[in-house]
Amino acid sequence: MHHDMGGKMVPFAGYEMPVQFEGINVEHETARLALGVFDVSHMGEFWVEGPDAFELVQRLTTNDVAALYEGKVQYTCFPNGKGGIVDDLLVYKFSDTKYLLVVNAANIDKDWAWVNANNTRGVKLTNASDATSQLAVQGPKALEAMQALTSETITDMEYYTFKVLEFAGVKNVLFSTTGYTGAGGCEIYFEHADAEKIYKAVLEAGKPFGIKPIGLAARDTLRLEMGFCLYGNDINDTTSPIEAGLGWITKFVENNPFTDRALLEKQKAEGVDKMLKAFELTDKGIPRQHYEICDAAGYTIGEVTSGTMSPMLKKGIGMGYVPKSHSKLGTEIFIKVRDKLVPAVIVKLPFYKG
Amino acid sequence: MNIPANLKYTKDHEWISVQGDEAVVGITEFAQKELGDIVFVEVETLDETLDAEETFGTIEAVKTVSDMFMPVGGTVIAFNETLVDVPETVNKDPYGEGWIIRIKMTDKSELDALLDAQAYKAIIEG
Repeated sequence: MHHDMGGKMVPFAGYEMPVQFEGINVEHETARLALGVFDVSHMGEFWVEGPDAFELVQRLTTNDVAALYEGKVQYTCFPNGKGGIVDDLLVYKFSDTKYLLVVNAANIDKDWAWVNANNTRGVKLTNASDATSQLAVQGPKALEAMQALTSETITDMEYYTFKVLEFAGVKNVLFSTTGYTGAGGCEIYFEHADAEKIYKAVLEAGKPFGIKPIGLAARDTLRLEMGFCLYGNDINDTTSPIEAGLGWITKFVENNPFTDRALLEKQKAEGVDKMLKAFELTDKGIPRQHYEICDAAGYTIGEVTSGTMSPMLKKGIGMGYVPKSHSKLGTEIFIKVRDKLVPAVIVKLPFYKG
Repeated sequence: MNIPANLKYTKDHEWISVQGDEAVVGITEFAQKELGDIVFVEVETLDETLDAEETFGTIEAVKTVSDMFMPVGGTVIAFNETLVDVPETVNKDPYGEGWIIRIKMTDKSELDALLDAQAYKAIIEG
């Protein structure tokens, strides 16, 4: 289908995905300021059901599942038992005995094995990844645009909530006010069989708002402008949530006995040696993944985990792990771009504030 | 695809326009399309004398970094300063306003090793 729309296709995590349509900068701006639709059907979906569903999800994830109510979504991660991260994910609460986990495409097999290995109480697990399609409709007026496709009110939905509704004539569509762009909008889950019908309806409803299909390349620049972590780049099996700045989803509250809690609680109390920080180049240049981060004397102190030219700010932005000594806002660091040290400064997230 | 007949080409998608002992070098329409939005062009070899196929600069799109190579040996005598602030000129007009460098050729006979428009077309059409 994307082929028909002039999409440039690339293999991604075993899927044929549209990486780019019209051009990354145009697509980026469209999603940021108008309306964009992303095919993110590669994402993985696991259902967790049964009397012990809550106990399992609470134990597997760092955030506090008890804080969820029916219809609420939560960003969280799976610690791996060694202080690293198996994956970051979204948890959807349908009821005390039914949750949906939405995981990264590249990690579906690893996550599925991890969840099953930890399922000590016989919770019913279903991997619906192959049967489920997902579209992300992102932009400041996304909800207003999508309202035409459903009789239920969606324009007043709070951030990170969901409803199951009839959408574009298709029943049982999962509609959540989530996304990976910081532009606002929603993500819509449905069965593969309805994909073409829903995609066409979304494009039609979005027409008055200037909707365009957006590729994965712009999805990456959009998320980086917000400082959202990308698994495999900014977080992985060896980085802890505390090091990654994900303390806000690591809840050391009562009745949250998650994997690695003691270890991570210790890290939080005592501090960590390296921290994921955001930086902007103060001179010309573009930071890229794996470029070295140096101090003023030219010594390597870290590595860029994600970097790009920000389409909105028109400057080089990135993230990387730096020692505590260089982690304070305003600290000058240097990025080694082709053997040249380009000055940069540690900044606060998000890079783009709208 | 626009491949002007009066230019010579490299398999790495540079073009060269010969003007006496000097020549202008840029990247082709095909190259700018493949790269997508060009956001940074860096040439730090001004006044240096380089051999054919040596790197004279770097061109960056949002997602990719590519080196640019000398089509023939020569001295880099000018860089298109427009590209410092408006790198997307390369996307808009790769054979005109989006030229990259001007060189003084060391040995014009090296031009014979380059591709003509037809041979270049055959390469990109695989």
